[in-house]
Amino acid sequence: MTNITKRFPGVTALDGVNISLSRGEVLALVGENGAGKSTLMKILAGAYRADEGEISLFGKTVSYTSPLLMMRMGVAIIYQELLLAPHLTVAENIYLGRLPRTPLGTVEWAKVRKDAAAIINRLGFDIDVNAPVETLSVAYRQIVEIAKALSQNARILVLDEPSAVLGDAELEKLFAIIRRLAAEGMSFIYISHRLEEVFAISDRTQVMRDGRVVGVKPTSELTRNELVRMMVGRELSDVYPDRKPVAGKMLLEVQGLSNSILKEADIHVREGEIVGVCGLAGAGRSELLRAIAGADSAQARVFNSMGVRSPFRSPRRGLARRVGLVPEDRRKQGLFVDQSVGFNISIAKLSNATSAGVIVGSKERQLAAKYIARLRIKTPSKEEIVGNLSGGNQQKCVLAKLLNADCRVLLIDEPTRGVDIGAKREIYQVLAELADREKVGIIMVSSELPEILGLCDRTYVMRNGRVVQELVRGAMTEERIMMAATGSDLANA
Amino acid sequence: MANDLGVSAPRVATARSGFFEFVRKRAGISGLFVVLLLLAVTASLISDAFLNPFNLVNVLRQVALYGIVSIGLTFVILTAGIDLSVGSIVAVISVLTATMLNAGVPIPMVVLAGLGLGLMFGLINGVGITLVRIPPFIMTLGTMVMLRGLALTLADGRPIDVASTAADFSWIGRGSALGLPIAVWIFIVVALVSLFVLRFTPFGRNVYAVGSNAEAAHLSGINVELTKIGVYSLSGFLAALTALIFVSRLTVGEPTAGTGLELEAIAIAVIGGTSLFGGQGGIVGTAIGACILAILANIMNLVGISPFTQQIVKGAIIIIAVSMEVFRRRR
Repeated sequence: MTNITKRFPGVTALDGVNISLSRGEVLALVGENGAGKSTLMKILAGAYRADEGEISLFGKTVSYTSPLLMMRMGVAIIYQELLLAPHLTVAENIYLGRLPRTPLGTVEWAKVRKDAAAIINRLGFDIDVNAPVETLSVAYRQIVEIAKALSQNARILVLDEPSAVLGDAELEKLFAIIRRLAAEGMSFIYISHRLEEVFAISDRTQVMRDGRVVGVKPTSELTRNELVRMMVGRELSDVYPDRKPVAGKMLLEVQGLSNSILKEADIHVREGEIVGVCGLAGAGRSELLRAIAGADSAQARVFNSMGVRSPFRSPRRGLARRVGLVPEDRRKQGLFVDQSVGFNISIAKLSNATSAGVIVGSKERQLAAKYIARLRIKTPSKEEIVGNLSGGNQQKCVLAKLLNADCRVLLIDEPTRGVDIGAKREIYQVLAELADREKVGIIMVSSELPEILGLCDRTYVMRNGRVVQELVRGAMTEERIMMAATGSDLANA
Repeated sequence: MANDLGVSAPRVATARSGFFEFVRKRAGISGLFVVLLLLAVTASLISDAFLNPFNLVNVLRQVALYGIVSIGLTFVILTAGIDLSVGSIVAVISVLTATMLNAGVPIPMVVLAGLGLGLMFGLINGVGITLVRIPPFIMTLGTMVMLRGLALTLADGRPIDVASTAADFSWIGRGSALGLPIAVWIFIVVALVSLFVLRFTPFGRNVYAVGSNAEAAHLSGINVELTKIGVYSLSGFLAALTALIFVSRLTVGEPTAGTGLELEAIAIAVIGGTSLFGGQGGIVGTAIGACILAILANIMNLVGISPFTQQIVKGAIIIIAVSMEVFRRRR
């Protein structure tokens, strides 16, 4: 694709972008949200038409594009949300819309099953083609999508952030398939936020920013810092703010916190501290935060939160005692997405916007304005629907909601999930300011170790519902955390 | 002079953009209002009788009767719930009110007992939905059937005529003040108070929050259960109020009163722009919705369309109103 330009009302989404792909190559396409990756891929898939530029596939110039045509030309895209019918079988999904017919016009089921099984086998997997897709793991569903693309004789496969829904082991399987198919001559465009994956899988990396290509290089010649700098236009070290942590008095101390998932967990946080919680998925990290916040019930041997001596029985009680939770799933648990920014900010403590029990518009607007300025929330107005903001700004709204409720302890589950690197930096900055200037105590769960290492003063590592290790800043390394999280130190003993 | 312009120009600009902003944000309500006006104009063109003051007052009575219940339903639907029991609550309270009046119970006591019982029925709905976690549709379907049965049992299946000794009671349904029926004034007061509660009190805010995202509301420290119990109680209370107006107007306690009222009320709320998914809508829309449906019924009556055909039209309008909402969401 050469010199592709695409304009939307008010914005040039792509500005003279070139992209090329050779046979058997894996090209990583990286860039922040809004860099133009998705638009470019939608043009490749025929969903959008470019305003300018030329597309040529396998040596032929394509002047007119449509989704069907591009599919026939051998381009397949696997989107983040898989487009499979959950109740239908694997075989049915693979041939959906193209089921082979007998002369009588009925479906030739035997052929469907045989062909589907052959394709799955070719991928090196053993999946029952008669199983409904809903019984498969997310990783296997992705395999089915790939099988579907193969059945359409795709020669170019675009994977849009496949890792967002995959665990590490599953990702390895996916990588194995990619390598295998690439060796057979299939070409890949792999879109991802996660730099580790880019280095693990790609031959060449193309970086986009603001609708332009800012660099193309063989991945082996790239360094991590160089890549991040290209993506955001600054060095990695700038991503994490300088902190001058001075831990003050104890805000929250919990010993022996237990429920159906947690086993005797100990944790504490002081004023001005940012404490991390690491661990593999399912180790009980989110549950730990939820139990402290009062969202899940739990017993504790010792519980002391600014004078409160027993675990909170509901989030309402936690918030009343100035302990607030920023939940993992922002849209489902943290925000009222169809309501305004102001609504979302004031909701947890409306008494800050009332006088004699009546909400006063001017007070509420002042309050919203205060937090919009303080957390640098980028929004057209206080009345804007929160769902229209970017992920980072939505997250700031959740933080603002808790700050308005006078929280002194913030329990933050994945502070930067689904947020691009530029906005991540903003959130780190805000968290650091809250801890350093306002002496808020922060406990944050994160799956991204660099985030823990870059921001936290201490970190806990969890495994199977237990807090198995506590590391202070000087002692925190990725290796130590991973060893504690996986329990490999025990395996050696 | 130049200075004057320099100062005043931006002020004009903001005033203007403020106005457009106002209209844009209330696009739904403005649209509804236009529909209402067009309907009224059409009605007056179709039938000379429409603009007759006597007829208009009749339309307003209709608006009041359905509107009060619809306001209760609006609160419930804003929390993403539903209340099917309101029609049956009207029946039970109307039967009990007639019985109490005939037994010589003082009128203020009758009013208090009726409203109190309605509140209690709503409370039972709310408790079943929150504490036992029965889905609102099922819980209120159950109480709808039970209460209808209770009304029929209490009245032995027959209407109960109110003795003329309780003539003072009919003031609520038949009296008027400042040219408008008392029932209409009651509706206006209920609507204004509800508008105030929804817009300017923490309870109203919580209603929107619960309907918008119950999980986030819970994690934001809102008492979701209490908020829900509150809206169902209010819905029961307003149904009882409607029952009092009904008995007072017709001087009869009718065990089949309010049959289908729940659907009418839901239709009004939905036509008024309140989302069945919760969190969106309000009282102004519901009030306009009540007017639209009342005028529509009135004009069909005036033109002599049979009640059976009217049902077909009403049903179609509900479907159209909901599909318009679905389209709006899809955008």
